[in-house]
Amino acid sequence: MSEGRPRKSPTDLPESKAPTRPGGIGARVPKVDAAGKADGSGLYADDLSFPRMLYAKILRSPHAHARVLKVDVAKALNHPGVIDALVGAELPERYGVIPWTQDENALAVDTVRFIGDAVACVAALDERTADEALRLIEVQYEPLPALLSVDESREHPEIKIHERNKSGNISKHVELEFGPVDAEMASSAAISDAIYHYAGSTHAPIEPHCAVARVDGDGNLTVWSSTQIPHYVHRELSRVLGLPPARIRVIQPLLGGAFGGKSDPFALEFCVAKLALKTGRPVKILYTREEVFYSHRGRHPMRMHVRVGLDKEGLIRAVDNKIDIDGGAYSSFGLVTAYYAGQLLTGPYRFGTYRFDSTRWFTNKPPCGPKRGHGSVQPRFAFECALDEAAEKLGIDPVEVRRRNFIGEEVLTINGQRIGSNGFLKCLELVEEASDWRARHGKLPAGRGLGVAGSMYISGTAYPIYPNEMPQSGVLVKLDRSGRVAVYSGASDIGQGVNTLLAQICAEELGCDPRDVTVVAADTDLTPVDLGAYSSRVTFMCGLAAKEACEALGKKLREAAASKLAVLPGDVRAELGTLSSSSEPHKNISFAEACRLAEAAAGVPLAATGGYRTKKLGGDYRGGTIGASPAYSFTAHVAEVEVDEETGIWKVTKIWAAHDCGRALNPTLVEGQIEGSVYMGAAEAQMEDMVYDRRGLLYGPSLLDYPIPTSLDTPLIDALMVESNEPGGPYGAKEAGEGPLHAAIPAIANAIHDACGIRLRELPFTPARVLAALQARDQRNQIAAVSPQRTA
Amino acid sequence: MLTLPGLSIHRPTSVDEAVAALAAHPDARVLAGGTDLVPNLKYGMYETQHLVALRGLSRELRYVREEAGELRIGALTTIDFLARDPLIVEKLPALAEACGQIAGPQLRRMGTLGGNLCLDTRCVYINQTHFWRSALGFCLKKDGTACHVVAGGKRCVAAASNDSAPVLLALNASVKLVSPRGERVIPLEKLYLADGVRNIALEPGELLVEARVPAVAAQLKQAFHKLRTRAAVDFPALNLAVSFKLDEQGRASALRLAVSALAARPLLVRGLDELSGRPADESLGQELGRRAQAQARPLTNIAVDPDYRRQVLPVLVRRTFLRALRR
Repeated sequence: MSEGRPRKSPTDLPESKAPTRPGGIGARVPKVDAAGKADGSGLYADDLSFPRMLYAKILRSPHAHARVLKVDVAKALNHPGVIDALVGAELPERYGVIPWTQDENALAVDTVRFIGDAVACVAALDERTADEALRLIEVQYEPLPALLSVDESREHPEIKIHERNKSGNISKHVELEFGPVDAEMASSAAISDAIYHYAGSTHAPIEPHCAVARVDGDGNLTVWSSTQIPHYVHRELSRVLGLPPARIRVIQPLLGGAFGGKSDPFALEFCVAKLALKTGRPVKILYTREEVFYSHRGRHPMRMHVRVGLDKEGLIRAVDNKIDIDGGAYSSFGLVTAYYAGQLLTGPYRFGTYRFDSTRWFTNKPPCGPKRGHGSVQPRFAFECALDEAAEKLGIDPVEVRRRNFIGEEVLTINGQRIGSNGFLKCLELVEEASDWRARHGKLPAGRGLGVAGSMYISGTAYPIYPNEMPQSGVLVKLDRSGRVAVYSGASDIGQGVNTLLAQICAEELGCDPRDVTVVAADTDLTPVDLGAYSSRVTFMCGLAAKEACEALGKKLREAAASKLAVLPGDVRAELGTLSSSSEPHKNISFAEACRLAEAAAGVPLAATGGYRTKKLGGDYRGGTIGASPAYSFTAHVAEVEVDEETGIWKVTKIWAAHDCGRALNPTLVEGQIEGSVYMGAAEAQMEDMVYDRRGLLYGPSLLDYPIPTSLDTPLIDALMVESNEPGGPYGAKEAGEGPLHAAIPAIANAIHDACGIRLRELPFTPARVLAALQARDQRNQIAAVSPQRTA
Repeated sequence: MLTLPGLSIHRPTSVDEAVAALAAHPDARVLAGGTDLVPNLKYGMYETQHLVALRGLSRELRYVREEAGELRIGALTTIDFLARDPLIVEKLPALAEACGQIAGPQLRRMGTLGGNLCLDTRCVYINQTHFWRSALGFCLKKDGTACHVVAGGKRCVAAASNDSAPVLLALNASVKLVSPRGERVIPLEKLYLADGVRNIALEPGELLVEARVPAVAAQLKQAFHKLRTRAAVDFPALNLAVSFKLDEQGRASALRLAVSALAARPLLVRGLDELSGRPADESLGQELGRRAQAQARPLTNIAVDPDYRRQVLPVLVRRTFLRALRR
């Protein structure tokens, strides 16, 4: 394990770079799909309509756990306007996003495992008729005991949620230890030891899931789906339907938000495809908001017993985390979740020793999965609060303790993850200054406080989900004689803006105007494969692939222009649609002219491909590759809160969020990602909560009953960018879409502590919980006041 | 998406036509802004086949005027208008305050005062889809016999959740009701019944067409408060309104305090006459809070913890009283 040392002091890090050329890298180019989203002309999956199209609806289980004895659709089929129906036996092949844990069926084959699990499907001439028909389906259930918490699942291994599972109701167990944790903990100068609870939250994208399927005259199937993983949907459709993948095309239309909630294959995609094959007619399913809640894959509830030991200088000697994860009814990405909960905690601080023992349990509730900051937001909350508490015992300032423990650049973490660039100290410095921390922390009037937290996240996961030697992301760039550039990319733009970045990379490398770029994206017939929009991999991997493709073409264009202008290729400057001589700017040709000259010189159409190839990364132990990433982003937040001590009502008034994104390819998009992340993190601290009744029924599956903050509940956000220039990233870039969320929750918790001296360990921090903690504090203070040994 | 059941929509162009349509179809529901009715219809909360849509009455029932010693507000006046109308803001600031906190901007532009006063009661167990309620077990408000709030309960305790009602109760308002048989004016407190299934004392064929507030209300100290999880687009977890007369010696009289989002009927806190003539100060605010707390019984019909709501009620009452005093 190499000794990490800061390569340079934080003040040496470069300031935000100006754009290299108009419309290119670093420019604030408007999103290529912004106009369509703003004026309503953009086409989402539900905007698609075809002649003779049918509307399908899914019948869902009212039982949390039951055997399905019989599903009879005869009466539904007789209902006027109903065209066809589907039951589980017609799609018996199991699927799942992780090849080793495929445990889902499109429709229940013999067992339902949560309230809302899919049972049968009806296709009709319109939605209302399909709804009416659902009530005519007769299902015989044999209810089974439901396990609704981690404790129930542990205590009742005899009630198996998945009969084929070898280890009771354990979905995944990981235990890893790096160094002698117990010995180091025992000799620590200060220890924080507490149990933290994360309640569980869901993504709540504006657009509900929607899929449309159509079969053409030759029997080829096309599925349009609001997915963030078209490639995996393509593979799973092929397996489940038993159709060769070459006869299936998956297209992702414009997407109205995802946040990880659309990164699994879902029942609706298989149902529309099968029904289109059965009926020969196009079929659409649009989920209701309630169904989006049941499809879920949101952030896992976790119980975390965290111990952090510091030496007297505040350096982290030992970290120990025992984590129980409530996974819900299916595996989804759960294998990865169990690892991420431990593997992603080992920066931006150097850990002396580290152990985590992480178990994901099956329960009879909607399945959890990846939500922005997959697996690591919960442990980050617990750890950053524990670090604060331990430092407080030593009298060390919260910012200072984080600074002292900085792991450095170009280092290996204790669990063998390779960190390249690391702008964390700069992040910390920016939020410390912007919030006037030194003058204000611990010194604000009662009820007001500041809190700080830091975090680290991955820029893509090192390895593909299914082992293969092919590139993880591919891009094809084609130049037209008109000067129009077409980029074919498999990557999913889910709002993060990758399609815009592709246009900017073309502008950077080729010298075209970014508005002259057509991005053809996420269409398995037309575009090279990209594995999907998850684990913050897209800008990094797709960006490198695009850069590689464009570099080859840019060279040809400059050569053709140089030959025409009678200058050296190195003298040619290309920007915003003009190629000119740097030394003699009056010598220039248009971008379109350069395309024509280069095509003539080449004798073939101008096109090039680029790819991102898997690099060998990660620790040399079982699981050491999970959490390994080609680059890590870093974040620091300071939050300011106001607590009304009489009611427990509190408000986060401002969050300063600094994020090391390596290089801001488009600063507006990076700021947007920081702001969106802060919003989502603050929301989880404030109010979001998945609450179930004793039957396993989710309370209020609607956007009225499941509150997400309005603009009035959202703090002022100061989004600060740090550019550490990642050597392995495209133009130095790292991720910006998920990392900036992590620090929000613990920064708020630590700020509430600064405001009124309470440590909140259970999310969300509802006014009722805050009031209870304040009352407990007052009781403690009273006891302390009358107890002579305490006052001594 | 959730689908609406098949419905016949009647479109009267006068109050007479509207009440005739209501009388002809006793199960009909009235569609004004539709902001609550439409989702409830999608949830299968009503068996009705008929809607009586009031858009054609907009001219007739959209007004605020001073008449016969009263401030009269037509039932189709929008919530947004009442939140911002200079006359309301000046004369009935608590009403403007309450209306400004209903739902969000788009819904306030659709929603009407009549609709808000006649808002159906709400409960975490009823304002849900048919599927959800079937998984839970249907309750006595619709399709079932059990109560999920009060074990063994026989009377529905779904909560009055309208923000305009506590203010108008505190301001001693009355409402004008019209039916084919004629019209009547009743005190607002007589409009509400302690039955969550139907908490509005409208007779078949009757339509609420106007709210009337005594002109003297403009001289009263008044304020409204709403407790909710988020700062907009939320029904109340508790709401309350206070009004009183303040004399030149700083003494309070004619104290009225309404608290709602408890059960089917808004609570008009009893026994405040005894406090008449006491100095309007912090201690009176505390006394009002104590009395409200003693009489109010928050339930689990609303998602926010009832113990918490009970705990903070006196604080909110005291602060609202003091805010009214300073106004």
